[in-house]
Amino acid sequence: MNTVNLTINGKLVQAEKGSTIMEVALANGIKIPHLCYEKGLSIAGSCRLCMVKIKGRPGMEAACTTEVVEKMKVITSDEEIDEARKLIVELILSEHKHDCLVCESNGQCELQDLAYELGIEKIRFPVSKSIEPTEDSSQVILKDPNKCILCGRCVRACAEITVQRVLDFAARGSGTFLISGLDQPLVDTDCVSCGACIQTCPTGALTEKLARFQGRSWEFRKVQTICPYCGVGCQIELNIKNDKIVKVYGVEEGPDNKGHLCVKGRFGFDYVHHKDRLTTPLIKHNGKFEEASWDGALNLVATKFKELKDKYGSDALAGLSSAKCTNEENYLFQKFIRICFGTNNVDHCARLCHASTVAGLSRAFGSGAMTNSIWEFEKADVILVTGSNTTETHPVIGNYFKHLAAYNGTKLIVVDPRAIELTEYAEIWLRQKSGTDVAWINGLMNVIINEGLYNKEFVENRTENFDEFRKVVSKYTPGKVEKITGIPEEKLIAAARMYGKADRGSIVFAMGITQHTTGTDNVLSLANLAMLCGNVGREGTGVNPLRGQNNVQGACDLGALPDVYPGYQKVSKAQVRENFETTWGVKLPPKEGLTVVEIIDAASKGEIKGLYIMGENPMLSDPNLNHVREGLENLDFLVVQDIFLTETAELADVVLPGVSFAEKEGTFTNTCRRIQLLHKAIPPIGKSREDWKIIMEISKRMGYPMAYHSPGEIMDEIASLTPIYGGVHFDRLGGQGLQWPCPSREHPGTPYLHKDKFTRGKGLFTPVDYIPPAELPDEEYPFLLSTGRVLYHFHTGSLSRRSKPLDGIAPEGFLEISPQDAKKLRIKNNDWVRVSSRRGKLKVKVKITHHVDKGVVFMTFHFAESAANLLTSDALDPVAKIPEYKVSAVKIERI
Amino acid sequence: MKLRNKEKDVIALLNKAQRENKHNYITEDKLKLTAQEAGLSYSEVYGVATFYSLFSLKPRGEYVIQVCDSGPCHLMGSKSIFKVLEKELKIKVGETTADGRFTLEEVSCLGICNEAPAMMINEKVCGNLTPQKIREILRELRKKK
Repeated sequence: MNTVNLTINGKLVQAEKGSTIMEVALANGIKIPHLCYEKGLSIAGSCRLCMVKIKGRPGMEAACTTEVVEKMKVITSDEEIDEARKLIVELILSEHKHDCLVCESNGQCELQDLAYELGIEKIRFPVSKSIEPTEDSSQVILKDPNKCILCGRCVRACAEITVQRVLDFAARGSGTFLISGLDQPLVDTDCVSCGACIQTCPTGALTEKLARFQGRSWEFRKVQTICPYCGVGCQIELNIKNDKIVKVYGVEEGPDNKGHLCVKGRFGFDYVHHKDRLTTPLIKHNGKFEEASWDGALNLVATKFKELKDKYGSDALAGLSSAKCTNEENYLFQKFIRICFGTNNVDHCARLCHASTVAGLSRAFGSGAMTNSIWEFEKADVILVTGSNTTETHPVIGNYFKHLAAYNGTKLIVVDPRAIELTEYAEIWLRQKSGTDVAWINGLMNVIINEGLYNKEFVENRTENFDEFRKVVSKYTPGKVEKITGIPEEKLIAAARMYGKADRGSIVFAMGITQHTTGTDNVLSLANLAMLCGNVGREGTGVNPLRGQNNVQGACDLGALPDVYPGYQKVSKAQVRENFETTWGVKLPPKEGLTVVEIIDAASKGEIKGLYIMGENPMLSDPNLNHVREGLENLDFLVVQDIFLTETAELADVVLPGVSFAEKEGTFTNTCRRIQLLHKAIPPIGKSREDWKIIMEISKRMGYPMAYHSPGEIMDEIASLTPIYGGVHFDRLGGQGLQWPCPSREHPGTPYLHKDKFTRGKGLFTPVDYIPPAELPDEEYPFLLSTGRVLYHFHTGSLSRRSKPLDGIAPEGFLEISPQDAKKLRIKNNDWVRVSSRRGKLKVKVKITHHVDKGVVFMTFHFAESAANLLTSDALDPVAKIPEYKVSAVKIERI
Repeated sequence: MKLRNKEKDVIALLNKAQRENKHNYITEDKLKLTAQEAGLSYSEVYGVATFYSLFSLKPRGEYVIQVCDSGPCHLMGSKSIFKVLEKELKIKVGETTADGRFTLEEVSCLGICNEAPAMMINEKVCGNLTPQKIREILRELRKKK
């Protein structure tokens, strides 16, 4: 029997076997005082406040450590118990600094609450705390040892959630104190500033440094919404005073973050209130921006676009939508471009990150999204992570992987040319040469097939084209693969066995796989691997692309793409087009449009004359920036809608001020297809307007009035036209949101795809051969440049670089280079070098590290001062049209 | 590998590091090395090293004299043992002689209560102490170079 019947304070309750008295009490709304216990962390049982009496047992027992048993009779409070608790709290208080008057935790302090609840008017012991200085070396965390009650929750949060293990206790007995690192200031430790310690701290010992004296707990208006940074989709609670966000907490019920956040989500919100926010429309006169009225700007935008359309035709216009904006806004944007511009020239930055994923997975499985859910990773026996620096780009998932490796026995295989943090948690790390992914994946499958480790039943019943595929794979013997990839034979075989023998294997990837001229091939290969081992259609398996932007999944889903309408319905299919034509009441262009890089290309050739960019910054994000500038400058008319005057907006003729995530309603779809609700937290800054309202205004002025009163109404229209969103309505999105496909109102959503049947019917094996990258190092440009991100910044830095703590921690770009190469070039750490490629050059500081192999250098693309994309190649994947950001050839010179 | 290395006994590693050091302490470098070897974080190793009074993170004398002050030794006159040692070495508890040869510390039970009062010099335990016996022991140690 798995349930246990017991009574707590005479109330009969049922509980699952193995649960503790504390868990059962909390689940039944019975409060037992505690300080060291917190849900989600391991049990310490050290504060002794949760002592309860159990009938038939002597003395008292700690509720947090005692398992319930049948017929147990628990008393959680009586005079004796309360007296014991009083004593404990008084002892804690005798070693505590009582400055509640100015304490940041006043009003939300668990110690304060306990003292009040127990009616402690006077402490019977002398208060003997010696006052230690506070520690404020971190940009974001303030440590006040005088308020630490040694409950250890921060120590456990740091070790178990973030798995950084920066915090611990030193010494013992009454001398015990909280340390970071080797009793060093936090800034000198491995602290990643996630703030999990702050969120769990019951007192004011760990607080948000920048929120000091900005507001008390009871003054805050609390609004739950979704983090605006990456695709994990963490639910956050904004704490707002006077329409200013002061603090952010992770929402414990958030299905994918479970209360956890990274440094960007918790501390990177201050860009919302940055002085650089655009507060009024701007029109450029003689090369200078002048403030304009909304009417003036909108009329000009509509008139100019109409003129260009009349003069040069619809296909001379194009639009770039935004993975930062909501689903509703993306839907409206593509609708506007298709109707008012009359072209399918609409795309967005998904082209630059996961276009090859969508192309590859659609072909193999019929659906181009993450197959499984984030929380399912704990069910996997083996997780193969490749081309994803997860701890920096999707930190909450990255930390989850570390947690699973450290505490759950999950085996990690990491395949990455760089020594990323996850390699330290990996059972096996394969270091392939950049751009040789097809070869090693084929090699893995070669071993798996030869050793009979593949899932014959699955291959037979659920897939097709296996024999063709097998022929190609048979060529990739471990010996041959070693020659191409540099991965030692025996390591490849070990990894193949580990993945091949796992009951549940999950594949996780990101830009390291997709941003290649062979991006689609790479993705197809991973899909082959998963199908070969029957790792599709079950919990804890699958092929899982981690999407970069908060709503890049949604922007794709809602058709901000040149070849598909919302729900990946082909523009080229007459029947689909007719359906949209009927609902929208207009004729729609049948020709597929241009992609991001093609639009820029066409602009430089003078084929695109007018461009409308919403919330994108190609002047930093796109490859070969000199060429991008050339293209944008060649336009007759450029409109940029953004919240800051970005590098791209500076080139615009008209700038329209949109709003940040905090100022709007709508939905974001996270990386595991979860559609979640945003709540408007503050009014628009200055005269800025919600992006969906701006689109409606332009549309109206171009002769197609849109009359939505709210994003919820837009979603209702989306549901009517988009089968995968068919059952998605705002009233259903509270709490956990919904994972698509969700075809009808009654449908509960889909945590994992392809159960029993692939979206396309049978899974398609595609034989894929290895093709080298487009540009490899040579004599003139001897280094291979790879680009990526750091934890503290996001994309082109428009937001994160305007966050004081984030830019404070990581204020400048760098070039990673191996010690061997640094020695050869006679350069030291922090020396300036000139890096140049066939396309451009820049200056940057050097960081010497073993993270990169010799012959390879690495840069991030966040920093305008050292914009890596001046160097990158705009060679494209022929299918997905994604550029090869991960491989270009550069030379490095000392300055 | 940042995963805990269960094969490695962190206490044994710290002990070895301390014993190998001329000044009877664990250097910061050794703490870091131990962390790496045992798959622990810096804070975790620091926590262990500071928990046990037998470990020191500060340089100590060539001979670390640890006098027991637990109940039985206390009753059998450990206070006078301290007095003699402090007088002879011209240092107080917790200090090291100027020539770097002796450090005097107070510890809890050494496990030979039947020979109380007792002390331990490096890893050698001496019981049934009297002022005379202490002076003899010190004389012997001072003779060694």
